Amino acid sequence: MLEILELAASIGDKPILKGIDLTVPAGEVHAIMGPNGSGKSTLGYVQSGRDDYTVTGGTATFNGIDLLDMEPEQRAAAGVFLAFQAPIELPGVNNANFLRTALNAIRRAHGEPELDAVQFLKLARTATKQLAMPDDMLKRNVNVGFSGGEKKRNEVLQMAILRPKLAILDETDSGLDIDALKIVADGVNALRAPDFSALVITHHQRLLDHLVPNRVHVLAHGRIVRSGGPELARELEKSGYAGVIAEAA
Amino acid sequence: MSTGATGFLQRYQGLQGRLPGDSALRAAAAAAFKDSGLPGGTQGRRIEAWKFTSLRPVAEASFQPASPRHETETILAGLPLLDAPRIVFVDGAFCGNLSVMPAAGFARFADQPDFGTLTWPDREPMVAFNTMLASDGAALHVPAGFDGGIAQLVSIAGGAADYHPRHSVHLAEGASLTLVEISAGQGSYLLNTVAEIHVAKGARLTHIRLQDEDLTAFHVSTTYVDVETTGTYDSFTLNLGARLSRTEVHAALSGAGSVAHLNAAQILSGSQHSDFTTVVSHTAPNCTSRQTVKNVLAGRSRGVFQGKIEVARVAQKTDGYQMNQALLLSPDAEVDSKPELEIFADDVKCSHGATVGELDAEQMFYLRSRGIPEGEARSTLVRAFLAEALDAVADATIRDRLEAAVEQWWARQKA
Repeated sequence: MLEILELAASIGDKPILKGIDLTVPAGEVHAIMGPNGSGKSTLGYVQSGRDDYTVTGGTATFNGIDLLDMEPEQRAAAGVFLAFQAPIELPGVNNANFLRTALNAIRRAHGEPELDAVQFLKLARTATKQLAMPDDMLKRNVNVGFSGGEKKRNEVLQMAILRPKLAILDETDSGLDIDALKIVADGVNALRAPDFSALVITHHQRLLDHLVPNRVHVLAHGRIVRSGGPELARELEKSGYAGVIAEAA
Repeated sequence: MSTGATGFLQRYQGLQGRLPGDSALRAAAAAAFKDSGLPGGTQGRRIEAWKFTSLRPVAEASFQPASPRHETETILAGLPLLDAPRIVFVDGAFCGNLSVMPAAGFARFADQPDFGTLTWPDREPMVAFNTMLASDGAALHVPAGFDGGIAQLVSIAGGAADYHPRHSVHLAEGASLTLVEISAGQGSYLLNTVAEIHVAKGARLTHIRLQDEDLTAFHVSTTYVDVETTGTYDSFTLNLGARLSRTEVHAALSGAGSVAHLNAAQILSGSQHSDFTTVVSHTAPNCTSRQTVKNVLAGRSRGVFQGKIEVARVAQKTDGYQMNQALLLSPDAEVDSKPELEIFADDVKCSHGATVGELDAEQMFYLRSRGIPEGEARSTLVRAFLAEALDAVADATIRDRLEAAVEQWWARQKA
């Protein structure tokens, strides 16, 4: 279970998050929606430990562990995974090696034996097949020369292989066509389990048709201004954020 | 007591009449060396081409010509050699016992001394120094239309001595050769090599160099290349070793449509200093030159790249490109980059660029967010930077050997 209490964070002197309260129980998928600049991505980055954000108040715990006190790699080992809105290119780093290094680092942290290249490739090929990704994606350099859609799918591939307990998807649907959207949603749905939670940051109802959330939260000006069931997403799609934000103010 | 230019000149005086080849040429070189001294030394004048690299530590060291003792065979066994002919020089002298000879086309400088036609002892102090004292070296000749395959030229040096190998490589019309040059050793020696390379019409030379000298040694290498019509000189230099090294290449694209690639990677730590200096002169139309030089600098190390492209008035449609990238792994590391373009033709495409940086913070976060610990993330990104540099080596087997040498370098850093 993810529990965020009174979380405040800033970049430099600029406050971005101004007291977020959010609980995602184990087994649930929650959506975060909101206009540009409302702090959605910051919420994701702060939980995965990007160091250009300063936490100025509040707490974030995952299954009782204080996330904010840990290094990014320790959070990953604890089961946190952030699917980047703009996945980073790593020229010269082979995708398969990258994934195996990451998986083995997490396995080491759990005291599990590392996988050799053959064992890993078997696992990776199964995952690429499920995500309808060509095998050669494993041979290429991480995200280099990938189309927008391929980059997003590569994030989902990483998630499928690392099997996190808390997945934060930062606009993973943007730039995807309908087929790719369905593949991404299926990728997350495949991980759904009683001990898996997800926070889905999105602008669009479309993804939520395939990846039905338990709760939807609207973020504006660094605060959650409204929460509701899946129907809230449809309401926003129809009438926009302005009404909801004005109502909360 | 330091040997210095005076000591080397005295040695030359003592050896006069016993050194092979043209004695008038040696005397002229000695006069030039007397005038210039060692770059950065206390004698002689300041030389602009040596602005970033001073050979003062060479000028202040003591060198004995006596034969040193070192583990030649152990060093040789540790080198990333290919299963191909190898010509081995130990302490500057050809060693037949350790060599695996190519089918033909090899001669020793000691037997057939030839100083060639391309070098400028009067302009380059270290070439003058070599010309004055050179006693052995390899001459390789690949006949017209013949594929010479792979030949390895290995230098193993030792002691506190100075060595001045003199090599020449001739590829006749339409010939091809892959020359892999490896230098290593044990001791605080100076290896001061001069090589002259001719690539005739339509010929192709792939020249790979791995410099992995002892970390107390000095390595200076000056290469002159002439590429004729539609010929290709494709070179890659990997500098890993030596306390101080300078790799200087003068490449003349003298025939229309000829090509030169002068790529390099320098990976340094501690207080190592490594200088890669090139002068590419386009003197014929439609020629192409490419230079990508990458530096990975840790500790207090210093990397230098000086690259000059000269385009003569007749060299229209020249395509020249130069890029210098440096990754600084420590706040005390330093890189000096000096690109120079001198263009007299009006229809050319020449560009140069330089980037200097630390590891990318976003890339680091991406790796760490996937569970990869900080140290492992750093080494992943440094290896990636180097892997890109080694991409310039087309032959997969040779690239593997160079990667192995880089892995050994990593292992040494951890030890």
